Amino acid sequence: MAALTRKEVEEIAQLARLHLEPDELSRMETELGAILGHFEALAAVDTANVPAMTHAVPMDLRLRPDTPAPSLPPDEALAAAPRRAGDLIVVPASIPSNAGSGTPA
Amino acid sequence: MTAASAFWSVTDTARRIAAGEISARAVTEAALARIAALDPALGAYLALDRDGALAAAAAVDAQRAANAPLGALAGVPVALKDNLVTRGVATTAGSKILDGWIPPYDAHVVERLRAAGAVVLGKVNCDEFGMGSSTENSAFKPTRNPWDLGRVPGGSSGGSSAAVAAGLCHASLGTDTGGSIRQPAAFCGVVGLKPTYGRVSRWGVVAFASSLDQVGPLARTVGDAALVLQHIAGFDPRDATSLDAPVPDFTAALTGDVAGLRVGLPAEYFEAMDDDVRAALARTAEALVERGAEIVDLSLPHTKLALPAYYLVAPAEASSNLARFDGVRYGKRVEAADLVDMYARTRGAGFGPEVKRRIMLGTYALRSGYYDAFYKKAQQVRTLIKRDFDRAFHYCDVVLTPTAPTAAFAFGAKASPVDMYLGDVFTLSCNLAGLPGLSVPCGLTAGGLPIGAQLLGKPLDEATVLRAGQVIEAAVGLGERRPTAIAGMGDVA
Amino acid sequence: MLETWEPVIGLEVHVQLATRSKIFSPSAIEFGAPPNSLTDPLVLGLPGTLPMFNQGALALALKLGVATSSQIRARSRFARKHYFYPDLPKGYQISQYDEPLCENGHIDVIVGATVKRIKLQRIHLEEDAGKSSHVGQTSHVDLNRAGVPLVEVVTAPEITSAGEAGEFLRSLHRLVRWLQISEADMEKGQLRCDANVSVRRRGEDRLGTRTELKNINSFRFVENAIEHEIARQIRVIEGGGKITRETRLWDAERGQSAAMRSKEDADDYRYFPDPDLPPLVVDGQMMAAILRGLPELPSARFERYQRVHGLSADDARTLINERALADYFDAAVAAHPRATGGKLIANWVLGELLGALHRSGGEVAASPMPPAALSALVALIEDGTISGKIGKDVFEESFTSGEPPAAIVERRGLKQISDPVVLGEIIDRIVAGNPKQAEAFRGGKDGLFGFFVGQVMKDTQGRANPQITSDLLHKRLGR
Repeated sequence: MAALTRKEVEEIAQLARLHLEPDELSRMETELGAILGHFEALAAVDTANVPAMTHAVPMDLRLRPDTPAPSLPPDEALAAAPRRAGDLIVVPASIPSNAGSGTPA
Repeated sequence: MTAASAFWSVTDTARRIAAGEISARAVTEAALARIAALDPALGAYLALDRDGALAAAAAVDAQRAANAPLGALAGVPVALKDNLVTRGVATTAGSKILDGWIPPYDAHVVERLRAAGAVVLGKVNCDEFGMGSSTENSAFKPTRNPWDLGRVPGGSSGGSSAAVAAGLCHASLGTDTGGSIRQPAAFCGVVGLKPTYGRVSRWGVVAFASSLDQVGPLARTVGDAALVLQHIAGFDPRDATSLDAPVPDFTAALTGDVAGLRVGLPAEYFEAMDDDVRAALARTAEALVERGAEIVDLSLPHTKLALPAYYLVAPAEASSNLARFDGVRYGKRVEAADLVDMYARTRGAGFGPEVKRRIMLGTYALRSGYYDAFYKKAQQVRTLIKRDFDRAFHYCDVVLTPTAPTAAFAFGAKASPVDMYLGDVFTLSCNLAGLPGLSVPCGLTAGGLPIGAQLLGKPLDEATVLRAGQVIEAAVGLGERRPTAIAGMGDVA
Repeated sequence: MLETWEPVIGLEVHVQLATRSKIFSPSAIEFGAPPNSLTDPLVLGLPGTLPMFNQGALALALKLGVATSSQIRARSRFARKHYFYPDLPKGYQISQYDEPLCENGHIDVIVGATVKRIKLQRIHLEEDAGKSSHVGQTSHVDLNRAGVPLVEVVTAPEITSAGEAGEFLRSLHRLVRWLQISEADMEKGQLRCDANVSVRRRGEDRLGTRTELKNINSFRFVENAIEHEIARQIRVIEGGGKITRETRLWDAERGQSAAMRSKEDADDYRYFPDPDLPPLVVDGQMMAAILRGLPELPSARFERYQRVHGLSADDARTLINERALADYFDAAVAAHPRATGGKLIANWVLGELLGALHRSGGEVAASPMPPAALSALVALIEDGTISGKIGKDVFEESFTSGEPPAAIVERRGLKQISDPVVLGEIIDRIVAGNPKQAEAFRGGKDGLFGFFVGQVMKDTQGRANPQITSDLLHKRLGR
């Protein structure tokens, strides 16, 4: 859990789709490094055989009946969309998604 | 018109309206007038829904005129933290990236308050997406502490605590991920309750850290907090983490009796704090003992790990929850020729520094190869923290701690993010363990700033926490003392 | 080439589950609806929305899990898979990662006359993304498909040829349709296939570097694309090159694949358990209900048809291609008075019935001729009541009018004449009436035998029993 390098900060920003100005990158490098230093206490804790607490209160997933409900009218659904063409959302062109089902048709 | 009604309790306000002593419209107009007079100095409100509020008040008056049954909160003016989604009313969560967004639906808690007859005055300020402890991270404006305008109201629900303390609403809903209801309540001298995780539905709460977030009331009295909780608690099938558990009568639980109540004082929470805070907590414990409670000294050994665990879990979940703010379907977009650029510039311009910091931290912690050492490790430490409490609750019924190590601090006082995070040290475990937590005023510092006592309870045992809180309120609370910095302002309009 | 090189193929198949509403919200599902007309606050990824899991999706996924003999996890978990794409509203896909619903199953794939068992690593539940279409310098996003429930079926890397991959996909396609888990219409994107392909020298244990082929959304494309990729990889390696781990898009029109532009950052999906969704618990009651409702699987019927009814592998495969056809066949066999009718019934189902359905454009399930009627028709032929030839006429009429075969035979007097006395009189009359032909036949003109048979058939409107007619004619004509 050592400090972050500038390159790592840039990679993380890229992964998070976060444009950071050069001064922000520098500040991030220092601040994240300082915060990470506080995490060292965790590494020292023996957590072998300790279950991860994913949910604050243990419970099972409830099941919803497969009953459709009315959809939003397209105009309401897209009311806040920054750019539209009719009832489609417009974004700048992109390279195709690389993830399982996200492949564009 | 006088603002006499401004500091009426929720119960009293509802009773007077139901009895016809005053109209809901008059109460709402008084609140709106007081907001107009005071809020320019305080900066609690981000958006006022004047028309909606007056319409809701008129509906209550019409119901009353028709002798129709009134809800328990009928005509009571309330304010909502701006990360609670409101149909037709702008919801920003304190972020520029959502500036101008008008949601097409109401949060569960908003539906519930409206159904009980409450009048929603508007949306109040908060740290962006609930990330902060001073409301300085709001993208729009600072909110000032009504006890000292040079100090912060706490955060992230600082708009809620300031508005409640200053009489700009009768109660407010906030959200608490790591102390965001309790700490501002302590800083502004009001009562704040974070319910058990799952007690209140998160449907319509702009998510910060899903496994920690809870909605809860901020109010001027424990009784008011209990009443508001009554009307937002309960099962909601739309939230898969909502608990299908019976909701007790929280008001009836306020018996004023703490005889035999075992109050745990965890050593780890009394190590570093201001002297005034230490003294106030000692007086609080003493007062409880005088009324028959029993003090149990105990240890919660993993307490010091709460801070690092929290600052991994919360940012990791936040980095995921905030991925949806991409300028595609809603919110502000910065156009660019290339999609990746559009995303990065939209998010770069839309998020403030603290939010960016946490997204970076969370993204780092979830990267492949780092997950086990960071996020998973932190979740395992959560189990250890929870086990500390499970053990402690064999020996005590509630745990008493300070809410914060200091009273409200001045704007800009926290030089670095880590300094700011350290102030949350007493409130984080409650969220990590999913417990109910209450902050109740327990006196003033020598400088006249409110101090909060925190009570932590067993899961789903808000009733005991509220009962003990009310005894503290009666014994060492602020009584009729009102925030000094706004004294006299807006009394007559 | 394939003597030296061994292809190793693993498939990842996404199957759309046939639910009425989406996996995590009640928004409706419908193919071809106007753009962005099937959304709600959750599908749009609006702030404050939370997922609510659809029971129907679980039931269908469990059905597939049980049908593939998978181990079903009593507690599985949903995880968030993060990537930014305009058709992925939340910036993450809710999927399953290290605790999937089903593991270690298998699908029996019919290869030729035999069944090969292909292992499945996992079957997990996830939500679909929307659709982006590229228009010049922009993309247009339609979120109707976002949140549609999918299962992802992942095979072990042990498919060894393009043909086998094609057969696997056909078997899976048949299975999910058979179990009514999915309509699995590939043209509608209800079944989508990605393939991981590598080659290694035969005898080598280590797997070669693999490439991922995307966009292979028909049975034919799957085979072509894999075939092509195997050949490409061998060419590269034999040419001294190295295979790069990459994703390649198949261009069906040009019959070739091309590497996708790599993204600016390496894939790092930052999986973590979804805090909005507690563990998915499957209990004994649910499992019992699924098991009760599970029909005999196509691979089992394929074997049974050959073993019990003596059908050829081809006929058995055709019958199981469609559940309704196999069910029709089974119902007809069940209605038949004897256990031995299977072979003949299969001939009639695969011949006359499929032909008539094809001509009328009808579905098996809605056949105007119910299985019992076809069975009765076959019985009439078997017991000699009518001839096979008359049977075809009766079939046509029954298929068109819906009248039961026996009633048609009765009404039209089509019963076969098998009485040697009756037939003998007719034959006597015909031989007497055609002395020249009789003479010529006796003189060795064999071809005239058919003339006499034809005359008898003409006289009886085809009802004469062919075998008895033939015997009697030989006797009467003296050779």
